[in-house]
Amino acid sequence: MASTEGGVKEAPRARTLSEEIYRRTGRQPARCYQCGKCSAGCPMAEETELRPHDILRMVGLNQADRLLTAKSLWLCAGCETCTARCPNDCDPASVIDELRSMAVAKQPDTLPRNLMAFHRSFLDQIRAHGRISELGLMVSYKLRTGSLFQDATAAPGMVTRGKLHLGAPSISGVEEVRAIFKACEEEER
Amino acid sequence: MARIGVFVCHCGENIGRTVDVPSVARAAQGFPGVVVSKDNKYTCSEPGQAIIREAIREHMLTGVVIAACSPHMHERTFRRVCASAGLNPFLCEIANIREHCSWIHEDRGEATAKAIDLVRLAVEKVKRNIPLETISIPIERKALVIGGGIAGIQAALDIADGGREVILVEKEPSIGGHMSQLSETFPTLDCSQCILTPRMVEVAQHPRIRLMTYSEVESVDGYVGNFDVTIRKKARKVDATICTGCGACMTACVQRKVSNEFDEGLSKRTAIYTPFPQAVPNIPVIDQMKCLRILSQKKGKQDACGKCLDACAIGAIRFDQEDELVTEKVGAIVVATGYSLYSIGKEQDSPDISGYGEYGYGTIPDVIDGMQFERLASASGPTAGKILRPSDGKEPKRIVFLQCIGSRDRAKGIDYCSKICCMYVAKHTMLYRHKVHDGQATVFYMDVRANGKGYDEFTRRAIEEDGAVYMRGRVSRMYRDGDVIKVVGFDTLAGEPVTIDADMVVLATAIRPRPGIKDLAQKLSISYDKHGFLNEAHPKLRPVETNTAGVFLAGACQAPRDIPDTVATASSAAAKVLGLFSQESLEREPTVARVDISHCAGCFTCERVCPYGAIGHREIRDRQGRLIKTVADVNPGVCQGCGTCQATCPSKSVELMGFTDEQIFAEVNAILA
Amino acid sequence: MTIGYYPGCSLHGTGREYDESVRAVAGALGLTLREIDDWSCCGATSAHSVNPLLAVVLPARNLALAESAGMTDVLTPCAACYNRLARSEHAVATNPELAEKMPRLLGRPFSNSVHVRTVLDVLRESLPVIKEKTVQPLKGMKVACYYGCLLLRPAEIAGGDDPESPTFMEEIVKAIGAEPVTWNLRMDCCGGSMSIPHAESVVRLSRAILEDARSAGAEALVVACPMCHSNLDFRQQAYTNKGETTLPVLYLTELLGLALGLNAESLGLKRHFVSPAPMLERMAVAAKEAV
Repeated sequence: MASTEGGVKEAPRARTLSEEIYRRTGRQPARCYQCGKCSAGCPMAEETELRPHDILRMVGLNQADRLLTAKSLWLCAGCETCTARCPNDCDPASVIDELRSMAVAKQPDTLPRNLMAFHRSFLDQIRAHGRISELGLMVSYKLRTGSLFQDATAAPGMVTRGKLHLGAPSISGVEEVRAIFKACEEEER
Repeated sequence: MARIGVFVCHCGENIGRTVDVPSVARAAQGFPGVVVSKDNKYTCSEPGQAIIREAIREHMLTGVVIAACSPHMHERTFRRVCASAGLNPFLCEIANIREHCSWIHEDRGEATAKAIDLVRLAVEKVKRNIPLETISIPIERKALVIGGGIAGIQAALDIADGGREVILVEKEPSIGGHMSQLSETFPTLDCSQCILTPRMVEVAQHPRIRLMTYSEVESVDGYVGNFDVTIRKKARKVDATICTGCGACMTACVQRKVSNEFDEGLSKRTAIYTPFPQAVPNIPVIDQMKCLRILSQKKGKQDACGKCLDACAIGAIRFDQEDELVTEKVGAIVVATGYSLYSIGKEQDSPDISGYGEYGYGTIPDVIDGMQFERLASASGPTAGKILRPSDGKEPKRIVFLQCIGSRDRAKGIDYCSKICCMYVAKHTMLYRHKVHDGQATVFYMDVRANGKGYDEFTRRAIEEDGAVYMRGRVSRMYRDGDVIKVVGFDTLAGEPVTIDADMVVLATAIRPRPGIKDLAQKLSISYDKHGFLNEAHPKLRPVETNTAGVFLAGACQAPRDIPDTVATASSAAAKVLGLFSQESLEREPTVARVDISHCAGCFTCERVCPYGAIGHREIRDRQGRLIKTVADVNPGVCQGCGTCQATCPSKSVELMGFTDEQIFAEVNAILA
Repeated sequence: MTIGYYPGCSLHGTGREYDESVRAVAGALGLTLREIDDWSCCGATSAHSVNPLLAVVLPARNLALAESAGMTDVLTPCAACYNRLARSEHAVATNPELAEKMPRLLGRPFSNSVHVRTVLDVLRESLPVIKEKTVQPLKGMKVACYYGCLLLRPAEIAGGDDPESPTFMEEIVKAIGAEPVTWNLRMDCCGGSMSIPHAESVVRLSRAILEDARSAGAEALVVACPMCHSNLDFRQQAYTNKGETTLPVLYLTELLGLALGLNAESLGLKRHFVSPAPMLERMAVAAKEAV
C-alpha cells in the first residue's frame, strides 16, 4: 500500500497474475528464462497449443484472460517432468495446477467439457463415499458427457475379471472427508 | 602546550547543505587547545591545502584536525600537506562529517550538533597523538608464480623480461595447462599449441626464470616483500639433470593401459610418461599409482618389471628418488592456477552440485564434453585430428552441441555463466565442418554470448558460412537408440518440440574452480567466493590484486575467462609485481601495535589472538646476558593494526599507535562532557 | 516386520490383482501389512487439478490416521497414491505455514511423523529375503522395467531412488533371475488419468512405450502402478495391430510372486486383459527342461 507525503492512502491494488502465482507456489515467474526444457520433456507438447514454458511466459506477462480460458491447462497429464527438470526451480506443474484452480473459480464456463466432467465426477464420488466407486465414477461421467458408449464394451470384461465393483464403497469417516472438502474450499487462497 | 588547528570543509554542497559549517568552525574555536579554526569550501583543493600549510607555520600548530570527508578519500592528502609544512603527518586527524554526518542525516540542527561533537572528539584525540614514522620494509625482488598454464607463463615472462627473478611452480609434469590441450582457438582459429609452445620454450630457456614442474607449494609464511615459501618437488623417479628426453623408457614400459588425462580419457598412456610430445621440460615422470615396480614395492613384494631401467642408456631412472622440499624467499606471489571442468558424470566436485541424469550421467557412448572434442580435433590427439566416434571409430555425420551444461542451472547448483562456451561451441561447429564437409552441426543454446573483439562476427560465420544450425532451447533428455543418440529438445523460436538423431553429442560444461584451490588459498591467506573462485580486492578497480598485500591473481582461477583476457590479467599482475619491486622499500603505515616491555608479563595472550601471526617473542637480557624475561614483540611489517591484542591484553601492555586507550577514553569523555 | 498399508481406491477396483499380489508377496516374505483403518481416497489427479490445497489435505487424512494408529511407515503400492501422499508429507515438512493449518483443516491432530514408501523401496530392503526364498528363478526372462513418472516424483525424493536413472526395480527383478532389458521410455508418462476423458493421448503415449519395450526384446512389461497397468494392459488392444504379438504387462509383485513359487491365480494373473498365459507356459516349459 503506497502512501504519499500528504498522508492520503491509495486503495489496495489487486494482485497481478504473476504476484498471485508467486503467492500460491512460492516461486517467482520471473525466474523463468524461457529455455524450453520443460516443454521439451512434456508428453503432451504435441497436442497442446500452449506448452509449459509458454504458460510461464504468459504468467510473467500477466495474461490472465488468455491463460485461464486455455484448454491447454487441462491437457496437463500431471507427470511433473517439467518440474523435475526446470533449471530454475520454477515448478511449472504447480503453476499449472494453481491456474486450473483459478480457472475453476473465475471462468467455470470456459472449461473443457470432458476433462472437467471427469474431475467433477471423481471428486463427487469422494464426497459421497470417501472412496471411489469406479462404476459410480463411470456412470456419473457418462451422464455428464453423454458418452454412453465409450468403453462400454469393456465393462463386461472388467466385471468378469472381478475388477469392477458393482456396489458402492463407504467409509464411516465420510463426514470427516466432507468436512475437509468444505474447509479447503473456504480457506482463503 | 597543545596548539591545534581545525579546518572544517563545506565540500561544496555535500556537507554544507546539511551541516552549518561556519558554526562548526566557530564552535571549534572555543575548544580547549584550539588556536585557529577556519572553514573552507574545498579544503582538498590547492588553495585549501595552502591555507592549512600557512596556518601550521603561522600558528606553530602541534596538531591538525580536518573536518571533512572520509579518511579513505583524503587522509593521505592532508597528511602530505602537514608533512610539507614540517608537521609530522601522524599529528593530523580527520573528523568524518560527510559519510558519518551530512550524508546520512536530514535535520540541519541535529547534523550540525553532531558535526561539532565529531570535531571535539578529533581534537581530544589529536592532542594525544605522538609523532610516528612510516615503517620501511625491505623487499625481496623475486616473484613466485603458481601455475604454469598460459596465465602463469605470461606473468612469468613479463616479470622476467622486466628484469626480475621468477620461480614458476607447476604441479603437472609439464607446463602448458589447458591451452595445450586445445586444438584451435577463437576468434582466429590459431593452432593452440603452435602459439603456446614457443612461449613454453621461452620460459624454459629464460635466464631469470627458474622452472619447477611436478612441484607444488607446500606452505607460505611471511608477508609482502618477505614471503617464505616451501615448495615440494615431487619425485619424478627420473634424474632431470641427465635425462635427454629420448623416450626409450616410454617405449619399453609394460603398463600401457593407464587412462591418459591429457587426452581426457580418450586414449591410454604408459606408467612412465610425458603428458604430450611437446612437453616442457621433456622429462618423463613415473606414475606411482600405476607403475608395476612401485606397486610391488609398496606391497613389500619382490621388485617387478624394471623395463625402463634396462631401456635407459644413461641410467636416468631413479626409483630411489624422493620428494624434495625447497624453501625460497620471494617478495610477491602470482596465483595462476587456472580452472577445471564440470563433470558430465554423476560424481561432482562439491556436495552442492549435481549431475545430469537426464543426459545419462556420462554413460551414453559418444556423449562427450568440450575438452574431449578438442582432443579429437587436435592434430596431436588420439585420432590425429579426425573427428571420430569413441565408440566405434566411425565419422559422425550429425553432431549435436549443447550449451550451458551446468552453467546457469540453479537446480544443478551453479548459477553463473561460464563465459567461454558460446564461443568455443561456435568454434567446434566450424572445426567440425572444416574436417567433415558433409557433417551437420546443431547447437542447442539459450543465448549466444559473444562480446569480445571479433567475437560476434565469429559466431555469425559459424552459422552463415559453416552451416551450423542453432536451436534456441534446452534439451530435456537424451538416450541411445541403436546407433544414434536421440536428443529430445525444444525450438522455442519456432515453438515446436524437436527430437534430433545424433551420431555424437558434445556437452559444453561449466568452468569450475580447480580441486584443492581452497587449500592453496588458505595457505596464502586469500579469500574465495562460494564456488571457490579466488576473490579480487575490488571487482572493478583492483581485479588482479587480492586483499593480501603481495599476492596477485591471473587468469581463470579468479573467474571463467578466455585466453585474451587471461593474458591481459597475467600481464597486469606482472605489472603490479614489477611496480612493487621498483620501490626502494615498502612503506607501511605506522599505526601498528607496540608492546611496552616494562609492563609486559609475557603471558602471550596477544600472540594467541593475533589473526595475522604478527606477534612473536623477544628476550630481554641484562648486560651479563642473563635472561630477565621474555616479552611479546610485534612485527611492524606484518601487523595490520586491528587492535585485537590491545583489547585482550590483561596488563594493558600492548597498544595501537594512534588508537591508545588514553586517546579512546579522551574521545568518550569528550562526548559525555 | 510390520508396515502400514494404504491400498488406495484402484487396488480395490481395476487394480485388484496388484493388491492381491502385494498381499501374497508380503505374506511370503514375512512382511505384515496393517491396512489403515477407514482410509479415504487420496484425491489422485482430479484433486490437484482443481484445488491444490485439497490435494495436499485429503491424502494427509490417511497419514493422520496412520499416525494415531502408531504407524511410522506406510507402504503405498499405487504410484499415483504414493505421489499424492508423499507430496503431502513433503509439503507439510517444508512449509511451516501449511503445517500449522493442517490439524484444523483435517479436523484431526497431525504432526507429519509418518513416512510414505513405494513398493520398490520396501521390496528392495527385503532383497536378501527375496533371494533366499526364490524357488522358481525366472531364468533370464527378459523384462522391461517401467517406472512411469509418478513413482519418481517429487524428484527430490523419488522414493529413495535416482529420479533420472532409477535402479530399484531392475535390482529386484535381477534378484529373482530375470534379465531387465535396456530400453528408453522407462520413465515416460503413459498418459495417466487421461484414460477416460482424453483416451487418444493415452493411446499415443502408451503405444510408444510398448513398442520401445518390444523392440528392446522384452517378453513382458513390469509395472508398479494400476493406472499404468490399465493404460498398457486394458487399452493395449486399442493400439496393437492385427498380427502383432501382445506383450503381457505384469505388476512387479506378480512377477515376484511367481518367482517365490506362489500360485498364479492367487496373484491375480487371471485378471489381465492381455493374457500372460503364453508367457507362463513358456516359463513352465523352461522350468521343466531345467530339471
